[in-house]
This record gives sequence, C-alpha cells and structure tokens, in this order.
Amino acid sequence: MNEILTGTYLAQGDWACAEGAIAAGCRFFAAYPITPATEIMERMAVRLPQVGGDFVQFEDEIASMAAVVGASYTGAKAMTATSGPGLSLMAENVGLALMTEAPCVVVDIMRGGPSTGQPTMAAQGDLMQARWLTHGDYEMIALAPASVQEMFDLTIEAFNLAERYRLPVLLLADALIGQMYERLVIPEADQVRVENRKKPTVGPSDYLPFQVDDSLVPAMACFGEGYHFYVTGLTHDESGYPDMSPQGQGRLVTRLCAKVRERAGEIIRLDMYHLEDAEVAVVAYGMVARSARRAVDLARERGLRAGLLRLVTVWPFPTRFLDGLSHRLKALLVPEMNCGQLVHEVRGAARGCSVHSLPKPGPIPHSAEEIMEAMEGIEI
Amino acid sequence: MSGGQVKFPLDDLLRRDRFPHLWCQGCGLGIILSAFCRAVQEADIDLDHLVVVSGIGCAGRLSGYLNCDSFHATHGRAIPLASGAKIANPDLKVVVISGDGDLFAIGGNHFVHAARRNLEMLVICSNNFNYGMTGGQLGPTTPFQALTKTTPFGNWEEPLNLVQLASAAGATYVARWTVTYTQRLTNSIKKGLQREGFAFIEVVSPCPAIYGEMNEQGSAWQMWEELEAVSRIRDGIPPAEASLDIHERIICGDFIDRERAGYTLRLRQNRDVARQKALASYG
Ligand SMILES: Cc1ncc(C[n+]2csc(CCOP(=O)(O)OP(=O)(O)O)c2C)c(N)n1
Ligand SMILES: [Mg+2]
Repeated sequence: MNEILTGTYLAQGDWACAEGAIAAGCRFFAAYPITPATEIMERMAVRLPQVGGDFVQFEDEIASMAAVVGASYTGAKAMTATSGPGLSLMAENVGLALMTEAPCVVVDIMRGGPSTGQPTMAAQGDLMQARWLTHGDYEMIALAPASVQEMFDLTIEAFNLAERYRLPVLLLADALIGQMYERLVIPEADQVRVENRKKPTVGPSDYLPFQVDDSLVPAMACFGEGYHFYVTGLTHDESGYPDMSPQGQGRLVTRLCAKVRERAGEIIRLDMYHLEDAEVAVVAYGMVARSARRAVDLARERGLRAGLLRLVTVWPFPTRFLDGLSHRLKALLVPEMNCGQLVHEVRGAARGCSVHSLPKPGPIPHSAEEIMEAMEGIEI
Repeated sequence: MSGGQVKFPLDDLLRRDRFPHLWCQGCGLGIILSAFCRAVQEADIDLDHLVVVSGIGCAGRLSGYLNCDSFHATHGRAIPLASGAKIANPDLKVVVISGDGDLFAIGGNHFVHAARRNLEMLVICSNNFNYGMTGGQLGPTTPFQALTKTTPFGNWEEPLNLVQLASAAGATYVARWTVTYTQRLTNSIKKGLQREGFAFIEVVSPCPAIYGEMNEQGSAWQMWEELEAVSRIRDGIPPAEASLDIHERIICGDFIDRERAGYTLRLRQNRDVARQKALASYG
C-alpha cells in the first residue's frame, strides 16, 4: 500500500490533512470523534493500518493527547485531531508535551463556541486558545491553512516543525477549510521534505536528556533504546530530574520560550499580496483571507491601493514584520470570524498606522464586498 | 572500598543519585519499590525495554527512582500515556505504578477502558486510602466515616472495591496484597510482569504520617501490626466478595487469572485485514 498517494484529486480538507500526516511519516493517531474533525480520524482509521501504523479511538480527548505524548516518546510521529471542546480537554497534556518536549501534531478544526456552540459550522474563535491553551510560560507554533492544498502541505510542515523544535504544533483550520472540497495535488514521494528529530550522539552513560547546544533543542532518546532516562512534567534540570530551585524554573521556561523566539524568523510564514504599494492592508488567515484576497482585487479595480497580509503561521506572531509594514501603510483592517481576537495582537504590533476591526461571529464568513466596503470606509 | 559507594543488591535497578527518597517514615511505598525491583530481577525483565509510567502523587514519584525509561505523567493520565507507548512499540514492557486517587478518581475512566481493551500492561495501585501528596484529602477508596482534611466530620461516601472494578472491566490478572505480604506481593508482581494482557495489583499501603495520624491509628508500627492482624488470603474467590475493611478484614490473594488476546496483538491483526482489503480493492 502506497504511503504517499501521488496524484491529483478533488479532495476534502480533512482528508488532505490525514494524507499529509501519512506523507510526513505519522504512524500513530489517537483521537475521539468530534465534528467537524471526524473525517480526519475516519481517514486515519482506514489508512494507518494499511501503512503499518496504529490508529486508536480513545475514551476521550484527554486520553488521546496523553497517548500521543507516550507514542512520541517511542520515536513515533504522532498526531491527534479535534475541535474546540476536545481541544479544551487536551489542554493539560499539550502542556505536558511542551514541558517534556514531545514532538507531535494537534489539529483543531474550529467550530462555533464557547461550549458545544455550533458543531457543524465555521468560526475562528480558537485563535487565542491556540496561543494560550495551557497554563504557564511557553511559546506555541500554530499554522492556519486556507485551502485544501494547504491542509496537506501545512500538516507536513507541522510535523517538520514539531520534530525540529521538539514541541506540539497546532494546525488551526476553520471548519470551512476542513470540510470543503477542492483540487489537491499530492506530489511524488521524493518531492515531500520530511524532517526527523535529532538523536543523541553519545551513549547512555553520557546522555543528559535535556542538555542543549546552540539550537536550544535537546537530542531525543526514545523508550527502549537503552538510555534509561526519566521524564517529568515537573520543572527539571538537564538530567531530567525535578528541580525546585528558583533558578531551575527560570532556566527551563526561558529556554522553552527561547527555542521558538530565537527561531521565529525561520518559523513564521506569511503570504503577501499587493503589499508593495498598498495604502490599506488587510490582515487575515484561513477562510477569511480568501475573501480578503478577492476584496483587494475589487478595491484595486475601484482605485484603492489595497493589499493583503495572510498569516500562514498565526503563532508565533509576526510582530516585528507587522510593525515595519504599518509604517508604510495608512491603515490596517482585521476581519475575523469571531468577536475580535486577532485585532488585539495586530494593534499591539502595528504602531505605524491605524488598526480597524471587522469582527463577524461565524458561521458565515465575510464576503469580499463586506471587506472591500470596510476598507473604503476607513478615512485615510 | 576506598571512597566508593557500598553496593546493594538492587542497585542496578535504582537511580542511586535520587536517594534518599521523599516518602515519610512508615510509608508502604518503599516496600512496593523493593518488591517491584525484586520481581523485575526474578522475572528477568530486560531493563532496556522496561518503561514505568506513573501519575501524580506520593506513589507517582516511584517511577523516578527506577533505573529504566520512566515517565512522570500528568495527574490521572499515566494509563493513557503508557497505552500510547505500548501501542506504538509493542516490544516494550509497560508498567504503571500510581496512587488510588490518580488511578481511580481523576483517572478512573482510563483504567476501565485499558482493562476492557486488555492492553498489555501491569498496573500497580498503591492504596493508602487518601490523597497523601496533597496533605490527606478524601479519595475514592477512603473508608466510610474516615476522617480526612475534606471530610472533617467523617466520610459520608462509600469506597470503591478496586479489584471488583478491575475484574468487571476485563482485566486478565487481578490481585490484592498488603505491604506486609512482601514475598507474595513480589511473586504477584512477577506474574503481572509476565502476562501479555492487562494485569492489576492493588497494594494496601499504610500512610501513618497523614491518614493514620488523622484517624488515630497509632504509630506506623501499630498500623503495620493491625494490617497483619486483619489480612487473610483467599485465592480465587470472586472479587466482589474480596472485601476490604481496614479494621476488620482485608481479603488478599490472586482473584482473577484468565487468558484473553492482548490489544496490540489485535491491532496487528487489524493491520493484516486492512492490508488485504487494500490489495483487493486496488486490484
Ligand atoms: C489536574 C490536577 N489536579 C489536582 C492535582 C493535585 N494533586 C496532586 S497529587 C493528588 C492526589 C494524589 O493522590 P493519590 O493518587 O492517592 O496518591 P498518593 O499521594 O496518596 O500516593 C492531587 C489531587 C494535580 N497535580 N493535578
Ligand atoms: Mg492515595
């Protein structure tokens, strides 16, 4: 059975995500059914046993996320997929994955919330949850696909980032992207770039499981390799042992943040459209960015120099880039399918121009006309 | 031995640099640790393939003293974390050692489902009848009317019979011992380690410093004497009849010993079916 189903398809976003995971080398998947992410799970149930992997439907999302961490520590590339209510349940063990530096991928197909909300309908209400899912100090990486093709491509990217930086990486897609059907091109196997975690170069007697070099990312031994290492969610030192000293806390969380912050330039991916000469620009991600792109075309037809900054990586946030951009613009517009989340981050970053909010709670995304009119309505 | 450390029989199994341990005087966890180490030795378990996972609590610290791959997970989530490890690498020998609150209150659902799946792992519960680590609150095994920090006028809830639950959920090996039966406990752990299925051992373990103190059970020594006096071995009796009353009668023994296909074996069979179906449908 082929691991990479090279070809051109009319595919659903969730399906593309599952195929992207398998192409990236995912061989362990644990989840609990939830709309609108269930199709990822159903595809994995078919595909993983065919390619020699393991699929398990656990008793809840808490168990699913714990199992992903356990599988990751055997060396497996592991993933789970859920929606808001399930993501809320995963919070504590996503924190465990951050603290124990267990590479893995968590997919959130966003639906309306809070609580059970609108299970089958779209929203972008989890942006801040993606950033601050669990308690404590940490950095998150979250990618926001805007097409079925990106559901495939960015799932692979999520695994690569997880392996490179040893952390859980979130794929944050709104329900419309997960559920829609679109053209998908799955490339030849040799065109898929796959990264793997750094393994120890020393033997068990010299191995310190959380010792780092300049990359700030420790080499990872796995269960069963003879290293006899101890892992704890408690604050720990290089040897992995609990460290309750005041310095211990500072050392560990500073490194956990720094390994992402110092590499933010390599991690962040932005899609820029007509920004070179823009006076007004839209900042958006996911489904809303698609309307925004059309809105830019419409506005330009009517003589307004409009542009679009689409966030492919929503976290870490491109603070410095946005600030620089804002000094070349007259205004920024932030349409989003919620009551206003991204706009606060944009306001915090962009000090060179005015920032305007265009919130719209789901499930209907902004139309291109709505975004265009909002751009035209800004006094510049 | 000039300046060198004295060598003890269990040294190879322990992280000597982690001692002294953090448990209180008279606590039963030291006995569980040494019984476990002896059982690993006697069963000739390959330390390179042994993974011990624990949750949070006094019992949860046990994994940190063992010289093998070990993981101190979140509260209640040792079993699902261990499940992920076992499923992703069935060559591992996976053991969960944790407390009564961790495994049966916050983690109770995971216990039921891992037993139902017959995941090949040994689960050892140190039952000290309260939440030791957080200072002595009510737990799912706290006896009726016992005093804890959160039942200051006496517990009005009834405790869970752990071996009955384990059996009903489908565990293939179920036993209960008190820490006073060190040899039988060791043999039982050995059996559990050798089993290719879900094995469960409840170990009644005194907590003189907190639970005993609150319930005026006297010194650690007196608590141990009482444990010895009330315990009886009844191998093979139905787990529902294996009662546990810390002042009257504690029924110990091997209660369940049966065969059933293990979970990772079933997963491998599922792979074979999936591959055959795929070949058929792709011609
Ligand atoms: C999610 C969460 N809730 C609460 C706690 C606090 N806590 C730590 S240990 C513990 C109870 C442990 O009791 P038990 O499992 O019986 O272990 P013991 O200490 O008695 O060995 C609690 C409630 C926690 N660490 N995590
Ligand atoms: Mg307890």
